[in-house]
Order: sequence, then structure tokens, then C-alpha cells
Amino acid sequence: MSESLSSEAPQASLWKDAFRTMRRRPDVILAALILLFVATMAVFPTLFTDKDPTRCIGRDARQRPDTWFRGEHPLGTDGFGCDFAATIVHGTRPTIALAVTVIVFSILIGLTLGILSGYYGGWVDAIISRALDVFIVIPLMMGAILLLSLFRGRGSSGGLLETVGPPALALTLFGWMEFCRYTRAVSIETKNLDYVTAARCLGAKDRRIMFRHVLPNAVVPVTAVVPTTLGSIIVAESALAVLGVGVQPPATSWGVLLAKGTEWAGGGYIYLFGLPLVLLILTVFAFATIGDALRDALDPKLR
Amino acid sequence: MAQTLRVVGDTLPGADMNAPLLEVEDLQVEFAVRGSRIPAVRGATFAVEQGQTLAIVGESGSGKSVTSQAVMGILDSPPGHITGGEVRLHGVDLLQQDAETRRTVRANHIGMVFQDALSALNPLWSVGFQIGELFRMHRGTSRKDAKLKAIELLDLVGIPDAKNRVGQYPHQFSGGMRQRVMIAMALALDPEVLIADEPTTALDVTVQAQIMRLLRQIQEDRDMGLILITHDLGVVADVADEVAVMYAGRIMEQAGIHQIFERPANPYTKALLKAIPRVDTLGQELEVISGLPPNPGALPGGCSFHPRCWAAEDKCSIEDPPYETVATGHRSRCHFAEEVYRDER
Repeated sequence: MSESLSSEAPQASLWKDAFRTMRRRPDVILAALILLFVATMAVFPTLFTDKDPTRCIGRDARQRPDTWFRGEHPLGTDGFGCDFAATIVHGTRPTIALAVTVIVFSILIGLTLGILSGYYGGWVDAIISRALDVFIVIPLMMGAILLLSLFRGRGSSGGLLETVGPPALALTLFGWMEFCRYTRAVSIETKNLDYVTAARCLGAKDRRIMFRHVLPNAVVPVTAVVPTTLGSIIVAESALAVLGVGVQPPATSWGVLLAKGTEWAGGGYIYLFGLPLVLLILTVFAFATIGDALRDALDPKLR
Repeated sequence: MAQTLRVVGDTLPGADMNAPLLEVEDLQVEFAVRGSRIPAVRGATFAVEQGQTLAIVGESGSGKSVTSQAVMGILDSPPGHITGGEVRLHGVDLLQQDAETRRTVRANHIGMVFQDALSALNPLWSVGFQIGELFRMHRGTSRKDAKLKAIELLDLVGIPDAKNRVGQYPHQFSGGMRQRVMIAMALALDPEVLIADEPTTALDVTVQAQIMRLLRQIQEDRDMGLILITHDLGVVADVADEVAVMYAGRIMEQAGIHQIFERPANPYTKALLKAIPRVDTLGQELEVISGLPPNPGALPGGCSFHPRCWAAEDKCSIEDPPYETVATGHRSRCHFAEEVYRDER
């Protein structure tokens, strides 16, 4: 999405300006630090823990982290005796990979279909809109469970693609509709603007109009939806994990931890549920802040 | 400025360089609204030659903008439909061409300037980028050269300090400067015909005069055909060579600028001229044309102007007046054109 924005020469300064504006906001700096932290966890989990998250010892189960950040298990252990810090840290990569994959592909599908249907209208719009209706009517959970049951029983060797692929596919397939709807609305609105007519008068092709005039207008509503979608993807993934069709063990993710944590949350082990939740909230907050600031910074009228 | 060399044959197959630059003949446009078809343009005929300025004057709803949209090929369809007539560029009927040919015609032969330059420029891109993009997409110019061309054009249309303003955004320009940017964009690909649809309506009076002067000067320098669409006869006087007066989708009168102002041959034109405020009638009440323009869905029978006409007789409500020549290059649509022309009515 930002590809088309950044591909042109004068925009180099646009992005530079945007960066300069954003650098001055403390909330943006905080959000950037959170994202940096999460990203580092995802890429280099061993920096944060030297424990193996799959090495679980039953008699060590449910050790409260009474001595925070010290001792054998800095964040205690979970219900199966696995080191909780290691589980969280190693669960970051699948979580982020899943969320980013789903978001990127949802946006790609949603933007493409939304722009095509909004811009061309007529039968193109009719087909895409009806497909949209069908996908909106199918409940996410039901669709995802049905689809994922096809992948069940297939042994996982633990590779990232194999771990994340099936749930990402399911969540993308039933998650692109919101982006499509927003983009379609923006396209319909934009294609009748004077500057689009002016561009047509200057001999612009349809493709040029879509990329240059319609797409940039879709950036604002789409960036507004991304952070909340990100949160709901992780929550949906957690629900899939409860049902046993999400990220498959031995791999773990924040969603899996949330799901497992609920079992113990009432029994005085609130941290098993609370820590992944706090991480999730912080990540969504960081994305929302940066998305918001980016939108402001990119709007030439607010500069 | 040096005379520009235009290559027409490449982009417009079948072009006959001896044929008139742009001819519109018996153009008919209808709008399909709630099952019925409303006529917006009912047989417009006019021509623009190289180096000539034609002004199309008319009230709101007289069909002047629809005519220009039909010529450009940007009519919203549906609801608009061209139901008859021809639009010929160098003898090639554009209405018979496919969408791709029409697009290249828009890119290379006919340019357009809009009324509201702010909304006709994309607020997200700098003006230099928007102008330069035209060179990049149609001429394959490199990014650096495109920027230089943009600066050159901004300079041409009289934007001071073009070098620094090329990177600014449309909202950073004043109304008049914005219209200059719009003109620069329309000129970028060196069109043979420029259509200016009420280019000064959104501007204040002093700026209006500057923009009109600029258009006139560019038209002369580049030897373009200029179609100026306006509702302001005063604007027309300094600039146009030829004037076509439209009313209810028809051309009521067409003549050279001097003939129109000095010897109008149509009661409508005469009434319009009387309604222009003048210094020697200062303090007096302005003449008005009573009534309203007709609803195009329910046009009066006979001559469409007869309910508001001071010269109307019984005949006018029954019979459609023919479009007749009253003098060389002077045509009028009125049963009494001759008498009005001789000032006997």
C-alpha cells in the first residue's frame, strides 16, 4: 500500500517531512519503542530467554513468579511446567508473523477488489459486492474452523510457514471484507471528484487514476482499521487455538497463551492470562498510535 | 515563444490537416432521468479554427458545459447519452472512435481548464509532481527533466518564483495562482484545442482579467483553438473572435464578436446585452429578462425562448424557428431574425 506512495521522487521529501513531524511526538516514540521491543522478541527470542519453551517438567507446574525476574523461572511456569517467559518470548514470532501476514494479504485483496468494484461499478461491482455479502454472512469462526479442519491431523514439523500458514489463510479468507468495503466506498466517492475528471481530460488511463488518485484516498480509512484488526486477529487466533485448530503445538503464540491462560486465571494464576494480554494491548496501542500519527503526518493540509 | 510543432497523424489516424481543426455538427445529448429522456443539447453546430477563440455563452442549464463534456468525451454515461451529431477533429469523427483513441486525443489534442481549480487539482501531490507526471506518462520524460518542464510551464503561466513553488501543494496557492497551475497542466501536452469551462467564475474580478489575458496570450503564442465557455458576456468581449449564444440546449445566434455586440440578430442576445451593467446607465435599474430558463424536461413548444421574449408573436409558440444566415458568418435562430438584425424590432 505504501509502495505506491513512496515510489515517486517528490515523495521522498514527503516521507522525510512525515518522519520529522512524527519524531516530535512522545507518544509516537513510546509506541516505536514498544514495537521495537516486540519485533526484537520476534526476531531474536534467545536474547530474552535461554530456556527451551518445549522443555516442560510436570512437577514444576504453576510456579508463581514470586521472585520476579530472578531465579530459575523469571515469570514462573505454566500449567504444564514450561518456563513461562520462554513461552511468551518464543510465542511472539508466530503471533506477529500471523498478524502481519493476515493484515497484508487482507489489505491486498480488499484494496484490489474494493478499488475495482468502486471504480468500474456495473457488473464488476455486482459480482464483487455479492461475493462480499457471502463472505460477510459466513461467521468467521465457522468458516475458519471448517477450513482448518482440512489441515488437521497433518503433522507439523514446527516450521514457521507450517505453523502459521493454515490459520493465516483462514483468517485472511474471512477477514478481507472490511478493507474491501472501505476501499469501495472511497473509490465511489473519489472517482467523481473534479481532479479525477481533470486527470481523465489529460488522458490518464484507468490504472493511473486508480493508483494516483483513488488509492491514496483509501490510505486513511485503511490505516484507521489496521490496529483494531490486528487485535482482533490475535484474539480470533486465540479462539481457534482453544478449539484446537489454530497454531499447532509444539509451537505457541500469544493467542494460544491467552486461551490456555483463561483456564488458570480464576485459580490465582492471573499472570498466565494477564501477561500475554498486556503484551497484546501494548502492541495494538503502539500500532494504533503510529497509524494515527502517520495519517496526520502524511496529510499535506495538516502540515 | 517559438511556434510549436505538432505531429497529428501519429496519434489520430485518418486526420486531414486541411479539414477544420474542430467542428461540432448537430450535436445532440440527452440525459436519462427516471425513465424519461431529457434533452440537454439539441443540435449544437459550431467550429473552431486554429488560432481562433470561440466563446459559448449561455445561462445555467443552457447546455454549454454538457457540450464541452461531450466534445471531451467525459460525459457521465449513464445518465448522459450522445444521441446524434458529429464531433470532428481534423475531419475525424471522435464520436466513432474507441475509448483508447479518445483517451489519446484527450492527451494530445484537446486540453481542458476547469472552473474550480482547487478541486481539479489533487490535494495530495505537489503541483510540480502533477504537471511533471503528464510528461512522464505521455512523453516518457525522465523525472528530473519532467520537473524542469514543470518549472518552465509554471513560469510560462506567470507564477513567480516557479523554481521554489514547484514543490508546493495546491492548497498553498491562491485562487488565481491555482487557476494558472490548472492552465499549465492543460498546456503541458501542447493541445491544439483548449476548452476553458468558466475558467474565471470562481475568481474575483481583478484576477479574472489577468487570467483572461493569460489565456488570450497563450492562445496567440501557441496558435491554438480556444473554446471559452462562460455566462459572462463582459468576459467575452476582450478575448473572443466568435460568439455562440446558447439557450435551452440550442445555439440561438452565432457571429463574430463585433457583430454580436453591435448588431445582434436575436431577441435573446439583445436582451442579454441590455442586461449588462454599463457606466452610462449608472444609477438606473438594470434591464432583466423576465421569467426563468425553461425546464428541459418540459420545453415550451415552438421557439423555446418565446415565453420570455419581448418580440414574440403567435407564430413563435407554434413553429420552431429555423437557424438562418442573416449576414456572412452571422446566423440566428428566430422567426424575425432579419428584422431584429435591421433593428426594426
